[in-house]
Amino acid sequence: MEAVFSDFGEYAKAFGLTCGLFLVAGLGSLVWGTFLAALRVGPVAVMRKASAAYVGVFRNTPLLVVFIFVAVALPKIGYSFTFIENVDVGGHHVSGYFFRACVALTLYTSAFVCEAVRSGINAVPLGQAEAARSIGLTFTQTMQEVVLPQAVRAVVPPLTSVLVALLKNTSVAAAFGIAEATAQMKSMNNDHADQRIQIFLLFAVGYIVLVEVLTFSSYALERRWRVA
Amino acid sequence: MTAAGSSASGTGTEVIVALESVDKWFGDLHVLRGIDLSVRRGEVVVVIGPSGSGKSTLCRTINRLETIDRGSIVLEGQPLPQEGKALARLRADVGMVFQSFNLFAHKTVLENVTLGPIKVRGTSRVEAEERARALLERVGVAEQAQKYPAQLSGGQQQRVAIARALAMDPALMLFDEPTSALDPEMIKEVLDVMVDLARGGMTMVVVTHEMGFARTAADRVIFMADGAIVEEGSPDEFFSNPRSERAQDFLSKVLSH
Ligand SMILES: Nc1ncnc2c1ncn2[C@@H]1O[C@H](COP(=O)(O)OP(=O)(O)OP(=O)(O)O)[C@@H](O)[C@H]1O
Ligand SMILES: [Mg+2]
Repeated sequence: MEAVFSDFGEYAKAFGLTCGLFLVAGLGSLVWGTFLAALRVGPVAVMRKASAAYVGVFRNTPLLVVFIFVAVALPKIGYSFTFIENVDVGGHHVSGYFFRACVALTLYTSAFVCEAVRSGINAVPLGQAEAARSIGLTFTQTMQEVVLPQAVRAVVPPLTSVLVALLKNTSVAAAFGIAEATAQMKSMNNDHADQRIQIFLLFAVGYIVLVEVLTFSSYALERRWRVA
Repeated sequence: MTAAGSSASGTGTEVIVALESVDKWFGDLHVLRGIDLSVRRGEVVVVIGPSGSGKSTLCRTINRLETIDRGSIVLEGQPLPQEGKALARLRADVGMVFQSFNLFAHKTVLENVTLGPIKVRGTSRVEAEERARALLERVGVAEQAQKYPAQLSGGQQQRVAIARALAMDPALMLFDEPTSALDPEMIKEVLDVMVDLARGGMTMVVVTHEMGFARTAADRVIFMADGAIVEEGSPDEFFSNPRSERAQDFLSKVLSH
């Protein structure tokens, strides 16, 4: 126990990094996944197929393999994202490791976001899109103005599951040189072998708190939109 | 009633929409068979026929909610574009009223009516709202402007849907059984609005089972069966003296009660 409390700064910093991975990859996946879902239901057959293929590939590939691809294979062929090396964001040093981890998490999670959003779009009655098209809205406007705002309500519950999974999946970054929570737990465990259980529990509590915050926000959103 | 229907403003000579030898299949089902139809400015065409005869499909091909497999559709002198912005622009000139209203569920009545003008025509919000209120007044639902569609009766929703279509200043309005989902006491309020539109010179294609509407407002009645136009004529001719056996049979069923 003292191991963590004496090093509370390290504990907090590690979870800060976890949150950083979650926020950047979460935002990235939401944007990219929603875009893919729009392609998936769009009027262009090639794009529909491309998006379906993307989802098929990334949903069926273990996250670890995606990580290895982005963090190990891509730099070998020249994509190391070094332009992001040594950038400071609000006093925090952003490394190429961090960026690559976010890319891997985003590529992977957006496939699940795409499926969740697509199910939400399918929950909106077809007549809504037909009415939108018949007053002359383009496909993009139909999506923005009519379909997505209604899909959002149906999408919150499945999207919450996807984001909870993402939060926990940030731990895979531990194996790729990021001192996020799971990596920090390992290192503390090594330094204080006699306190393993306590350390483990404290880190578990950290994750549980984060997941609870996420689920609570999702319930709040659901309640608010149910009234509207 | 005299021979040629009764739209007060009369019918012009300019062709608004022309379908030529249109064929369409749903898989093996031949839903539209060699449809030839042209509608002139100010004309009110009522389409009737048994269930499954292709009336809705015909209506939906005119603004390309359904594609066609053969033939051509020319709207205000232009062939219907395949997809994209050009198609959207053309659709803006064709109002469509659906059986199930399809009002935007997450928008207020006022927002439903202003969305098209603001997003498609680039009208300012102030101007669009002013116009929308006038249209809502015209269809008799002005007091409901701030409500959501779910808070309105079916008849009110359908009248809002008509106002939404009118807000685009369409050259042509399509109605696909606009009163079929309504309780009997609400049918009249919607038909009244439609008769009013017809009198005002709006070009309309109306799929309906309301024979009373056809008699009062139609310039021409088209009878469809099995995907083809079997017979057409003025309402008077058609109702008092149907030529084809299919039409006689159909009319004896719908007019007997
Ligand atoms: N999207 C579709 N896919 C396959 N078949 C369809 C589709 N839409 C309609 N059909 C079929 O095409 C035929 C014509 O349908 P349509 O809706 O045009 O008929 P309708 O004359 O409007 O009938 P109703 O009076 O019942 O509305 C029907 O047999 C119908 O089952
Ligand atoms: Mg129909």
